[in-house]
Amino acid sequence: MHADPKGVLTGTHYLDGDHAAAEGACAAGCRFLAGYPITPSTEVAERCALRFPMIGGTFIQMEDELASIAAILGASWGGLKTFTVTSGPGFSLMMENIGLGIMMECPCVIINVQRGGPSTGLPTLPAQADMMQARWGSHGDYEIIALSPNSPQECFDLTIEAVNLSEQYRLPVMLMMDECIGHMTEKVVIPLAEEIDIVPRRWTREKPDTYLPYKPCDDLVPEIAPLGYGYRFHTTGLTHDQRGYPVLNAETQEECVGRLMDKVNKNAENIYHLEKHNLDDADVILISYGISSRVAIPAVGKAREDGIKVGELRLITVWPFPENLIRELAGNIKAFVMPEINYGQVVLEVERCVGGKCKTRLVGHAGGWVHDPESIYQAIKEVAQ
Amino acid sequence: MSHTDVVISGFGGQGVIMAGIVLGKTISIFSDGFATMTQNFGPEARGGACTAQVVVDSDNPIRYPYVQHPKILIAMSQEGYEKHEPNLASDGLLLYEEELVEPHPGKRDQIKALGIPAARIAEEFGNPMVLNMVMIGFLAGTSNLIDIEPAKKAIAGCVPSHFIELNHRAFDKGYEYGRNKLEALKAAGSEV
Amino acid sequence: MTVAENKKTIGNIPEHPKSLLLRMDRMPHIWCSRCGIGIVVGCLAAALEKAGLSPDDITITSGIGCTGRVAGYVKVDSFHTTHGRAIPFAVGLALSRPDLKHVVFSGDGDLVSIGGNHFIHAARRNQNLLVICVNNFTYAMTGGQLAPTTPVTARATTAPYGSFENPFCLPNLAISAGADYVARWTSLHIRRMTDTFEEALNREGFRFIEIIAPCSTIYARRNKLGTGLDLMKYYYENSEIKHDATAEELEIGFQTKIVVGKFVDKERPSYARAMNRHLGKILGKKYIPPEVGGPQ
Repeated sequence: MHADPKGVLTGTHYLDGDHAAAEGACAAGCRFLAGYPITPSTEVAERCALRFPMIGGTFIQMEDELASIAAILGASWGGLKTFTVTSGPGFSLMMENIGLGIMMECPCVIINVQRGGPSTGLPTLPAQADMMQARWGSHGDYEIIALSPNSPQECFDLTIEAVNLSEQYRLPVMLMMDECIGHMTEKVVIPLAEEIDIVPRRWTREKPDTYLPYKPCDDLVPEIAPLGYGYRFHTTGLTHDQRGYPVLNAETQEECVGRLMDKVNKNAENIYHLEKHNLDDADVILISYGISSRVAIPAVGKAREDGIKVGELRLITVWPFPENLIRELAGNIKAFVMPEINYGQVVLEVERCVGGKCKTRLVGHAGGWVHDPESIYQAIKEVAQ
Repeated sequence: MSHTDVVISGFGGQGVIMAGIVLGKTISIFSDGFATMTQNFGPEARGGACTAQVVVDSDNPIRYPYVQHPKILIAMSQEGYEKHEPNLASDGLLLYEEELVEPHPGKRDQIKALGIPAARIAEEFGNPMVLNMVMIGFLAGTSNLIDIEPAKKAIAGCVPSHFIELNHRAFDKGYEYGRNKLEALKAAGSEV
Repeated sequence: MTVAENKKTIGNIPEHPKSLLLRMDRMPHIWCSRCGIGIVVGCLAAALEKAGLSPDDITITSGIGCTGRVAGYVKVDSFHTTHGRAIPFAVGLALSRPDLKHVVFSGDGDLVSIGGNHFIHAARRNQNLLVICVNNFTYAMTGGQLAPTTPVTARATTAPYGSFENPFCLPNLAISAGADYVARWTSLHIRRMTDTFEEALNREGFRFIEIIAPCSTIYARRNKLGTGLDLMKYYYENSEIKHDATAEELEIGFQTKIVVGKFVDKERPSYARAMNRHLGKILGKKYIPPEVGGPQ
């Protein structure tokens, strides 16, 4: 299915990441945004407030982020493609209902333009310190999909990808931007509507009398029934059986939560979106995501000038994490180097998969600004010895 | 021009970010180049110091997006000058608003420093808001970074339609001032 | 005696008169005997029929708590959400499916304590929701804690010496936040409650109906108020119908008179209508009204 042309602002634009993400949402077919102002993400909502009335969308500024996430879940059940956008403090407030979205299997997208934390932290300055919160922030066991763009063009492209993944796998998908990418302005090319692939809502073709709301298809994802068509279905945040009815025992918990994990893990190969350069003969591999992947470029260049064989692996999909690839690479190289604007989050996953087979070096700091490329260069040089 | 790093610095309300956007758009949309603009954002962008960084490359997409040693510094406030001048490349170009910035002469001889009374020119247009476009015109007139036609297209896309003409005139005035300044320097025997 | 045991002794139980609206495959329900919630559900079912509406014309959304379980027992498209968030969830439903009627059915703790901010803002914006609040003056599901509605001196597990904090008066809260339609009945005002539901179902905007109901096993017992049935009767007999009641008269003390009636009935454009009207006026032909969700 192709994009609805009325949401696609085809052309060449000079946009920052926040505005590009808003255009991505319009192009992806999002027609409902509930949000609450928070720096540095507000521009996304502002652009949609301007654009939505002209493309058949509804923008509503809610009373807080708790309401924002609840409203997008409701509107998603109503049949619209929905998203919300926030930053750290608001992301924290959304956590409980992200769990509801997981449990009800509700397609929607949450954009987090990350800033420095904890608490109010650095409202106007960057961090990449919500990565583990994206993965684990709501209570209970679940799997999530999170993408991380490194340019305004990717803010556009990956918002569409996030919306599509959320529809395909029926879960909240996170777009983990950061303040740098959100406020970086570059050329953004928006293609023709017919060049944009859209995953439509997975409406069921079952009749109401045989329909089971949580009976999975072959890919472990169940199909959705529209409201008011006689399905009279029930959905709940409680542990439930295939009828959607609460059944509070260990067997149902295993079946219900087990499938929520499996539908991401068993489809992971289809979800991964990675960028790989020079991995084959690398001695050192730089793993990065978001703005850090661009900050590392001079460091990689300088190390190569020194004759160090540096490969680059960029996690465009951060969650699910490409475990097998890391395990495989770890056997062939001296070390992974990972710059993150935090004190070590995704690097913990790298370490886990490496399992001691090679060195893992974090280049981390508390946030507020990007790395000095020199610090990354020094790390590469040290581990290459 | 190949690769050129530009810093535009002033205080909030002078249109520093808009100047950065016009410059970036001129290059990446209306010329064949690439330009990444980043900005200092936050309370400081609402009255205090404000900076736009534009990394320009005529041939290749920008990978590393930040400026460490700008080749061109456009200073519209003393604070911006003081903060960024020490980082200016040794063969760099300093363009400054001469009534708002007082450069320290002789501090770095090799830097080419050119001033313009842009605020006064903007006031003569009856609108101090166009100061930034005078500076962009001045940039076009004193460097080969941008051409007139693409810059004017970029300006037209950035301001409300009833202000396009005014902003174009402000750009022209800055451009003309820059050209004359270079001519005068040439006549005086300076290398330009 | 459980229903299953009951079934064994007395044979097949006759079909429930409101089985069209109930998920009979989920019975027995979890509510205690002599609890008021079931009656309110029955009245909504009756009102739906009287209003000529099919179960496919409405959605029901609940939060968490005893009343929060209503969504699980009604045979309509129904959503059992998180604590306090039924209203904003239903705001999303209402804005994406304006062709349906959306009912929020939840308890006092859910709607006005943890969800209080959403309650006042949905009323202020006049969202197209019928909000039914069963007020039993306590957190019953968790065992009888202090609620924002607990009357002064009434006891709760977290107010073992009796409450000394001022409770919310829910109609006053709804009225001052701008609700279009505000009414209160007790759970024994069956006919009046049903009529009010019927009327409210066919109206637009934010409609709030409070039903005072007994918590038979927890609030009644802890406060030595007899059985649930005694308390239900007490509320009914100590109520006074007064449609033009003042704010002061609407306050409820511990076992004091309860003023009931329809206190507000006005018409303002709902959020969706106001949005369409305003944006249509400002943007003219450029305005495209919101898409309605569902298969195209």
